[in-house]
Amino acid sequence: MKFLPLILANLFRKKVRLVLTIGSFAVALFLFAFLAVVRDAFNRGADIAGADRLVIINRTSIINPLPISYRDEMLRIPGVKVVTHDNWFGGIYQDEKNFFPQFVIDPENQRQVFSELMVPDDQWDVFLKDRQGAIVGARTMERFHWKIGDRIPLKTTIWGGGNWEFNIDGVYHGKRPQDDETQFWLQWDYFREHVPESIKGEVGWYTLRLYSPDDAVRVAKAIDDQYANSPFETRTETESAFAANWVKQFGNIQMLIVSIGVVVFLTLLLVTGNTMAISVRERTSELGVFKAIGFSDRAVLFFVLAESLVIALVGGLMGLGLAVLAVPVLTKALNGLLPNLVLVPSILAFGLSFAILIGLASGLLPGLGAMRLRIINALRRV
Amino acid sequence: MVQVDGKANGNSLIQVRELDKKYRRGNEEIDVLQGLNLDVNKGEFVAFMGPSGSGKTTLLNLLGGLDVPSRGSITVAGDEITHMSGHKLTEWRARHVGFIFQMYNLIPVLTAYQNVELPLLLTSLSKSQRRTHVETALGVVNLADRMHHYPRQLSGGQEQRVAIARAIVADPTFLLCDEPTGDLDRKSADEVMALIERLVREYGKTVMMVTHDSLVAQRADTTLHLEKGVLVEAGQPRQRVSAGEMA
Repeated sequence: MKFLPLILANLFRKKVRLVLTIGSFAVALFLFAFLAVVRDAFNRGADIAGADRLVIINRTSIINPLPISYRDEMLRIPGVKVVTHDNWFGGIYQDEKNFFPQFVIDPENQRQVFSELMVPDDQWDVFLKDRQGAIVGARTMERFHWKIGDRIPLKTTIWGGGNWEFNIDGVYHGKRPQDDETQFWLQWDYFREHVPESIKGEVGWYTLRLYSPDDAVRVAKAIDDQYANSPFETRTETESAFAANWVKQFGNIQMLIVSIGVVVFLTLLLVTGNTMAISVRERTSELGVFKAIGFSDRAVLFFVLAESLVIALVGGLMGLGLAVLAVPVLTKALNGLLPNLVLVPSILAFGLSFAILIGLASGLLPGLGAMRLRIINALRRV
Repeated sequence: MVQVDGKANGNSLIQVRELDKKYRRGNEEIDVLQGLNLDVNKGEFVAFMGPSGSGKTTLLNLLGGLDVPSRGSITVAGDEITHMSGHKLTEWRARHVGFIFQMYNLIPVLTAYQNVELPLLLTSLSKSQRRTHVETALGVVNLADRMHHYPRQLSGGQEQRVAIARAIVADPTFLLCDEPTGDLDRKSADEVMALIERLVREYGKTVMMVTHDSLVAQRADTTLHLEKGVLVEAGQPRQRVSAGEMA
């Protein structure tokens, strides 16, 4: 602690340079946090997927349906605990830009398969009795300022088209901050009544829960084998594999984000390393004085590293703090185009570690140079 | 009594024996110091004079453990410094040597107080003990009222007095002054020299000083002349110098 005034005094030697370097750190860490949040949002489906859940889609593509009869057949496969099914509804609320995902659900089994999405029992009971009922995620409720009891019209161009009306009977919340709270659930029976006769017995995909995750490979194979060479062949995957494949449709987001991250890392390393190198070079004779009066080579290295570390920490904390403030604003601005952007503590911890690493790396070379400086050579420089 | 014949009885504070220093410039080897002997007792004030390139500053650097000789030995208060490791030498410098440079070499972003406090940061003294030492040192150089000024807010003479306070604050065994008045006007130079004399007379400090200025050198107890790395002449403004075997 007794060296702190010395470190601070050296840091504030060139105030404009200090502000610019800290600023570049802050911007880079903000960008890092934002990219990490977006990457996290894309990967969240895979990350939070239940290990004991399988998703079954039509082998051709997810837009091709599967027969409703598969549900009971799959339930007979050993290891399968419960099966539910969904359809994509694809309705428009007032305007196309008001996008939010709507699913036709199987009320009987929905809560057993997706137990992390919680609906109060009394609201669920009302929903079960109301064929036009809907359960809506908390974020979508908040976004459109809806409340329970509201009547919501949705226009659709599929399923025979037309305007459908729903009563909001309940709100679901995720158990974890990462859980998607944007969905709109409507009843399978209501949906089935209104769609053309030819597609009344078709579902979009199935999700089933296993007794044990260890059975996943065996059950998946059993299902796909069972429907091989049928008119509706299946492709069964774990929920995480399904989510990962879904994200791949958007392109290699991971690669893009990692590439930007690497560029940010290297740029920051160069900017800070250059700043520290200039800073050390400017006070070569002072470092000579420090050594002459008894400061060790390691102490000199410590001073240089401490300075770069302080810059990194202050800049890093500023950037991450900015991200904490900005992410909720960005989430709102994105209007549900991406799942909930959440700046989880692990991103903040990783960001701070990243800042510390850059701080140490950028101070290391100038610090080693200062450490190896010969006193008599240093003192000659004025 | 300062001796340069290498025949002192061994009780002197600083003993230099057969000191050589060579530098290599390309293929050429330059002898800066050649077989130099020197004995300085505690409380003595020695001035080294000589033309540029004669090896004055090199000798001072070697005495202060800032450089290593090519041959020979330097012993200070019983410690032979010529074979110390870099780490030991650094510790030794902190305990035994006070440096005063021509260009003052104060740290511009630190106040006079903080500059003087620097050597004490290497000790185990508490903050209040450090404060007492710093105030005392600044009092000795008569700058107690400038302790919160930055170097840029001080005159050249005042800066050098702060540098002297920094050199004495940890109570080193001896002081090494490299042209301490070289960048000062006559009046400031007189003030600085009066201060250095006072450190010798009142506080019993041992001082070795390099200077080009004969007026300044006259204030030392002994003036030794270095020419092309060899002690060729000994002046004795105040004391006799034994120079029986000058290199």
